[in-house]
Amino acid sequence: MPKLRMTGRGLWITILIVPPLVFVALFIVYPIVSAFAYAFFDWQGLRRGEFVGLDNFWTVLFVEPYRSWTVNAFTHNIVVFFALMVLQNGLGFILAYALWRELPGARFHRVAVFLPVVLSTIIVAYLFKLFLHPLFGVVNISLKGIGLGWLAQPWLGQGSTALWSLIIAQAWHMVGFPTLVFLAGMQRIPGEILDAVRMETESEWVKITKVVWPLVAPSATIVFTLLFVGAFNWFELPYIMAGLDGSPYGSTDVLGLYFYRTAFGNVSSGQQDFGLGSALAVLIFIFIAAVASVITVRLRAREIQL
Amino acid sequence: MSAEATYYDRRGIMGTLGRDGLLQIILIANTIIMLAPIVIMVFSAFKTTPQIFQSPFAIPDFTHVGNFLKIWTQTNFLRYLLNSFVVTGASMVLILTLGTMAAYAIGRYQFTGSTFILMFFLAGLTLPLKLAIIPLFMLMRDLNILNNQLSLIFVYTAMGLPTTVFIMTGFIRTLPNELEDAARMDGASEARIMWSIMLPLVRPAMVIAAIQNVVPIWNDFFFPLVFIQNDDLKTLPQGLTTFMGEYTTDWGVLFSGLTLSAAPIILIYIVLSKQFIAGMTSGAVK
Repeated sequence: MPKLRMTGRGLWITILIVPPLVFVALFIVYPIVSAFAYAFFDWQGLRRGEFVGLDNFWTVLFVEPYRSWTVNAFTHNIVVFFALMVLQNGLGFILAYALWRELPGARFHRVAVFLPVVLSTIIVAYLFKLFLHPLFGVVNISLKGIGLGWLAQPWLGQGSTALWSLIIAQAWHMVGFPTLVFLAGMQRIPGEILDAVRMETESEWVKITKVVWPLVAPSATIVFTLLFVGAFNWFELPYIMAGLDGSPYGSTDVLGLYFYRTAFGNVSSGQQDFGLGSALAVLIFIFIAAVASVITVRLRAREIQL
Repeated sequence: MSAEATYYDRRGIMGTLGRDGLLQIILIANTIIMLAPIVIMVFSAFKTTPQIFQSPFAIPDFTHVGNFLKIWTQTNFLRYLLNSFVVTGASMVLILTLGTMAAYAIGRYQFTGSTFILMFFLAGLTLPLKLAIIPLFMLMRDLNILNNQLSLIFVYTAMGLPTTVFIMTGFIRTLPNELEDAARMDGASEARIMWSIMLPLVRPAMVIAAIQNVVPIWNDFFFPLVFIQNDDLKTLPQGLTTFMGEYTTDWGVLFSGLTLSAAPIILIYIVLSKQFIAGMTSGAVK
């Protein structure tokens, strides 16, 4: 590569590099750094008040009613993460394995499984909200139609089913993503290895658990990490399907909704508190960063270099 | 030879069929689950509300376009669609221009701090910007672009740059030096070398970077929710919430609104499914 020697080369590089840097610095780095600073101040509306140290953190973690709200939302995020781990990533692995065999129609199935991924979450959320309507939704109409009317539920209206309805909608929306990432991982497994395995064992189970699964470890690392970050940032789908309060009675409340509500206020109460909101944001941020790093490091360790 | 034969005998042709048959059944069942909601949505768009309630699965009369006409004439839908085009288009132009500039500088020249600058861009890859929405809101207020589509365009551009710089730098580094050196001998300026010689070569990487960014930007709801209040400035996902709130009881119109919103991206996806899949998983597939 040429060294910095021609006249004006430095100027040329500066012209190229400064505008993009300004964008990232101003709209990503500066806001994130500020979010940390905001959390240490008392806020009156949009005006920054005095420095209050760790008060905001203390309030959201230990003072009622914030403490219960935080614990409630956090618990739901954990449930969402583990449920999607099975429904989205687990199912995605099985689907990838099926697609990998290149059975007739595999191309079509591949396009179909990824189709919901390109849709806006808002469209998906409204679609499922209409489908799950207690009286006119296609789900309950179908259940009644096939004589299972007793199974018909107000899916989004009762605490016992609301969060799970959102999880199912989310899994439908995104299952195509881990599927195709796993599929790409499987397609990179060298043919010689697979031939050797075929000589050794006939058991499909042994083949999957001892060969395919370890060899797609890099794909697993990525989809697990992305799912974790996504699950703890979850906002749009619950916002549309359950509303900003995580109705009914907070049974679908998650950190994303809780943070937004605390920062910007909701319809019923116009109260907004940037200090408490920022404290929540910082805590979520640190939690995500810490766990995501641990996940990545632990999972990387089991990846095999081919 | 005999070992080979017993191997296949023991396994049996039924065993093979059984395994692949099961996988095929899984795939078909899954495809039905993936497509059914979309098919029901499109069918319902052509039905009246009572028809939707009585026979949700029936094939509709596709000449019944009353719902679409209602959307066309009575709502702000076209405005939202146009706004989405403007915001997405402007963001993509900025992302690709600025992303290529940065990647070109980092990938083609050696200069002090180039590694640091690349790391600076890459740091933006993993940070969930949603959590910085309060300072972003204040920043947009100070810049006086709240309730202005520039706020969206700027945020989307900044969010798109890390992936774009990452993809493009990797690609630009693989390009050979010979062409560039020859042009330099002939006395071409650096700008001319970049524009006429190198840029035509980086198009494939630009397509991947474009697809990876265009879908999340087109579909985004969170930033308009915070930045835009004026109905005439809303983008499609955000406008959809306004619209869904107004027509709560007219399900035919609701479904046709959802169908119209989903149509552009579904149609493009069907035509370019290979590029979409490659682009959208490119961050996760090495």
